[in-house]
Amino acid sequence: MIRIKNIGKRFKKLQALDNISAEFQKGQVVSLIGPNGSGKTTLIKCILGMVKADSGAIHVNEMQINGDPSYRSQIGYMPQIGRYPDNMKVGQLFKMLKNIRNNSLNELDLDLLISYQLKDIFEKPMRTLSGGTRQKVSAALAFYFNPDILILDEPTAGLDPLSSEMLKEKIIAEKNKNKLVLITSHILSDLDELTTHVMYMQEGKMQFLKDIETLHEETGETRLGKAIARIMKGEQFANKWIKKIFSEETDKTTIN
Amino acid sequence: MLKLSRYVLYDILRSKVILAYTLFLFIVSVSLFRMEEDSSKAMLSLLNIVLIVLPLISLVFTTIHYYNSYEFIELMLAQPLSRTRILLSEYSGVALSLLSSLLIGVGIPVVIFSPNDTGFALLFTGCALTLVFTSIAFFASVKSRDKARGIGAALLLWFYFALIYDGLVLLILFAFGDYPLEKFTLVLSALNPIYLGRIFIMLQMDISALMGYTGALYQDFFGNFIGILFTTGIMLLWAVLPLYGAVRSFRKKDL
Repeated sequence: MIRIKNIGKRFKKLQALDNISAEFQKGQVVSLIGPNGSGKTTLIKCILGMVKADSGAIHVNEMQINGDPSYRSQIGYMPQIGRYPDNMKVGQLFKMLKNIRNNSLNELDLDLLISYQLKDIFEKPMRTLSGGTRQKVSAALAFYFNPDILILDEPTAGLDPLSSEMLKEKIIAEKNKNKLVLITSHILSDLDELTTHVMYMQEGKMQFLKDIETLHEETGETRLGKAIARIMKGEQFANKWIKKIFSEETDKTTIN
Repeated sequence: MLKLSRYVLYDILRSKVILAYTLFLFIVSVSLFRMEEDSSKAMLSLLNIVLIVLPLISLVFTTIHYYNSYEFIELMLAQPLSRTRILLSEYSGVALSLLSSLLIGVGIPVVIFSPNDTGFALLFTGCALTLVFTSIAFFASVKSRDKARGIGAALLLWFYFALIYDGLVLLILFAFGDYPLEKFTLVLSALNPIYLGRIFIMLQMDISALMGYTGALYQDFFGNFIGILFTTGIMLLWAVLPLYGAVRSFRKKDL
């Protein structure tokens, strides 16, 4: 469904994405994992066309992304920090997007709207909402148009345990409907029950893209967090910086 | 496109700044016409307001609006809408609201008190300047990511077009006074929409007779159909080119 080929992106001095290639299929839940600033959000924004890649190509549903925005009608996006027009009321926001997307093909998906009881706050302006409630609105909006592809950037950050559980259930339900879900998160235990594939990124490079069974087999761990930790240790790419700091400190002590 | 502009317009109307602006223009215009016995004198005062205040308000309002609706733009980018369409909707929303302010605030008093050639030339110039400076402001704000820089750039542009340019023209005319500069000043007038607008309106008034040989030359050029065509064409260029630049750089931008 999404094919990424040799994508590169540079922000002045920082190489945000370095020659990344990957392919995601229907029915997968892909977890994008990596330290802060490893290029996860940039990759997502490239898929959405918000950031223009310097090189390479991205195909969504066999259509290359280059200007024609229609492919986005099949994508539901939940941003890391949902920013909305301050004066707009929650109800107006939903109404406006319905009016703008206006796709009669897909039925509206009201599940999250109902389970988060967002109807009750339809009259509240967006600026009065708390961070968590805002996050709920973002989540409900991403699923609202019943898209084939869901891109969730840190969906559970800021949600209370109950809401977070509801969101996870919803994601599993969508996976069973043979949709593609792309999630980034730092809370690996949240991803445990959802994910079918893991993509690990570091410093703009993709370290691996594996399905969860292979990962379990290779590491002998059943929990994602431990498996990832083991892989990081085994291949030693994550603790480079730790080593660096340590070696610098030892340098200092030797000088002293 | 209209669908999106509707939301932009709705957002602008809610902030009520545009209503205050309309009221301001209306009160100033009516009081000028009521105070002066001679409506052409009132026109002259109104001319200065249109030439100085209108570009300033258009620039500042548009820039602030752009930065304030950044969230809206961000939200729209994740939807199946092209960037060109998003920016043009923003432009038409802002331009439409500023134009209607002008047409209500200045247009109604002019139609009531002085419905003649000069009056309509004033309204025409006002509309053209609104479009031009909205477009310039969009260019400035798309180009600069930082809010303070964007507003600063807009203000600098206003200073240049409204004040500094006149000084530069005077300097040139003074320095090269020995040469025949009449044709050259025609070119200079095309390089600044405010300057062009002023000449265009002045020549519709009786006072152009006092401007000597240059005035006669201008009268000859601007007084007829070609002059109107020239003014419209140049104003159109001034509105379209910055907007085109803004759309181009908005399409390439990382957001």
